[in-house]
Amino acid sequence: MSRGVVTYIVGRFLQSVMVLWIIVTLLFLLFRLAPGNPIANYIDVNFTREQELNLLARFGLDKPLHEQYIVYLVNLFKLDLGETFSYAGRSVLDILKEDLPNTIYLTLSSLLVAYGVGVLGGIAMAALRGSLFERVGTTFTLMTRAAPTFWVGMLLLTFFAFQWKLLPSSGIGPALVRYRWETEWDKLMSPVFWRHMILPTFTLAVYLHGLPLLLMRSNMLEVLDQDYVTMSRLAGYSEWRVMIQTAARNAMLPVLTALTLGIGYSIGGNVVIEVVYSWPGLGRTLVDAVQESDYPLAQGAFFLIAVIIVIMNFIADILYSLLDPRVGASAQAQVS
Amino acid sequence: MQQEAMAREGSSGIPAAQFRQGSALRQLWATNLEVFQRDKMALFGLIVFAVFALVALLAPQIAPNDPLIPLKDANGDWISNTLPYWLAEPGEDLEEGYTNTFLLGTTNIGRDIFSQLIHGSRAALLVGFSAAAAVAVIGTVIGLLAGYYGGWVDTILMRAADVAFGIPFIPFIIVIAAFFDPSIWNVVIAMAILLWRDTGRVIRSQVLVIKEQAFVSAARVSGASNLRIIFVYIAPSILPLSFLYGSFAIAWAILTEASVSFLGFSDPETISWGFMLQDAFLSLALTRGAFYWIIPPGLCIMLTVMAGFFIGRGYEEVLFPRLRRM
Repeated sequence: MSRGVVTYIVGRFLQSVMVLWIIVTLLFLLFRLAPGNPIANYIDVNFTREQELNLLARFGLDKPLHEQYIVYLVNLFKLDLGETFSYAGRSVLDILKEDLPNTIYLTLSSLLVAYGVGVLGGIAMAALRGSLFERVGTTFTLMTRAAPTFWVGMLLLTFFAFQWKLLPSSGIGPALVRYRWETEWDKLMSPVFWRHMILPTFTLAVYLHGLPLLLMRSNMLEVLDQDYVTMSRLAGYSEWRVMIQTAARNAMLPVLTALTLGIGYSIGGNVVIEVVYSWPGLGRTLVDAVQESDYPLAQGAFFLIAVIIVIMNFIADILYSLLDPRVGASAQAQVS
Repeated sequence: MQQEAMAREGSSGIPAAQFRQGSALRQLWATNLEVFQRDKMALFGLIVFAVFALVALLAPQIAPNDPLIPLKDANGDWISNTLPYWLAEPGEDLEEGYTNTFLLGTTNIGRDIFSQLIHGSRAALLVGFSAAAAVAVIGTVIGLLAGYYGGWVDTILMRAADVAFGIPFIPFIIVIAAFFDPSIWNVVIAMAILLWRDTGRVIRSQVLVIKEQAFVSAARVSGASNLRIIFVYIAPSILPLSFLYGSFAIAWAILTEASVSFLGFSDPETISWGFMLQDAFLSLALTRGAFYWIIPPGLCIMLTVMAGFFIGRGYEEVLFPRLRRM
């Protein structure tokens, strides 16, 4: 790594911290826009004025705005996200700690399936360019990108869960016997959990596979035009070897960047699917919290999703600059 | 979609678009014409929008029933969960004096599904086109200003784009929709606040190329003001790019509106396809296998979104010939 690259990474990191700070500030202001008093839903009509003030003081809402802001920043820094209104005063962090792994499992498993299928499909499309298979395949992929994920989820639910009764329809474990795994490891080792994961994973993968497939296909076609590919053809390597070893390896790089970005955006975009499948993740908690006016929880979930996105954007940028030396150079020029 | 744009372009290294010579409006017109002449799919997209626009305009005339009012039979009972007449057993009429004429059946509280579908096109197109216009206009202006002025203007605007890229889109819309009165305009506003980021970045990088060209220096030498150079000389060249991003934004907006309505953050007085699907979902249409209720709204969303994709791809092929047939 040259010094330029290090400077770029440090610069980009500081920039990400700035971006996060601005987002956090906007979040603070946004939640002050909430209709009425942030704890209006929490206050009983029978409360005396004194009780009400006590409550406001407990949440720090009696102080002027700038003091609230400082308190808010300090608390965030200490990862103290406050107490929920709707979960009998459990701490926000507590709830989010339970949700985050579920969202991550779902995101990673669906991205894994989607990028596996997408990369292989993209190579196949490029190899079979101009064939009927390619035309049908590309059109199908475009259709999956246009179909709303929640609708695809509803259709899959109707067939696989309700008509054919092959797979469970919601949650991460049977609804009647309340499943409680002692540790995350136990959960991951449990076949019941994986059975519940199949439909949501597949639904998300239907949507997510389109980007890597189309990207891989066009990168392959571009790479196949390059001299070094022609050279390896002339050198007498088999077509298979040219495709996989020479072309696909080079065409993969932008797909990797897309995958990194995809992790961040999927965690924010899973919301709808988590609701369709009652998946106890960050997105569903956010929707429930907003609907129940549980602002501390909504704010905390939003914050966590934003942090993940900013981190993944940062990693994607770094990855991109490391993989493509041209960007490294121009990025260097930008920072200096 | 934003990922797609970012993945394709990375943080720099955007392929230079091919621009036409000639007077501003003529070249814009020629580009538009070329897109729809060359690309049958883009033309198909245009026709889809035209048909849905017609349906939306004439919705009250086309729809046989009011989409919101539960229909009742002679006894005052809801005509609920009726099968479409072409699925129902022949001769099996509802109640005395009421023949089944429902093309797509009725909902669990006796609303006419076909009429809802017709009226749903209004919300979809209204949100789709106004959000796309807002995104394209804001993104274009920001891209022009950042690219042309450079310096601190550029820095501030592009850091703002970074912030916009860091805010989770659907969660942001949910929060906005929940804090203000439910209305389809919340989606439009939230999209306008966040989604200019792609358009802005891409247009900025094109402006960086264009402003070095001779005709811009010529204009500057002849004493044209900065604003005049930006909006009279540079803007027409990048407008096709705004159209490109605008077309994708239509698709994105229709999908987003559907998702937000599905999550229950839409105005219950406005029928939209996403609302219909939420209604079906909550009314257990899935367990009953009521395909006549579930499939049509989804197909309509898919069709309009694909129309936006096709038109966007049409522009892409004309503007970035390097990508053509790849």
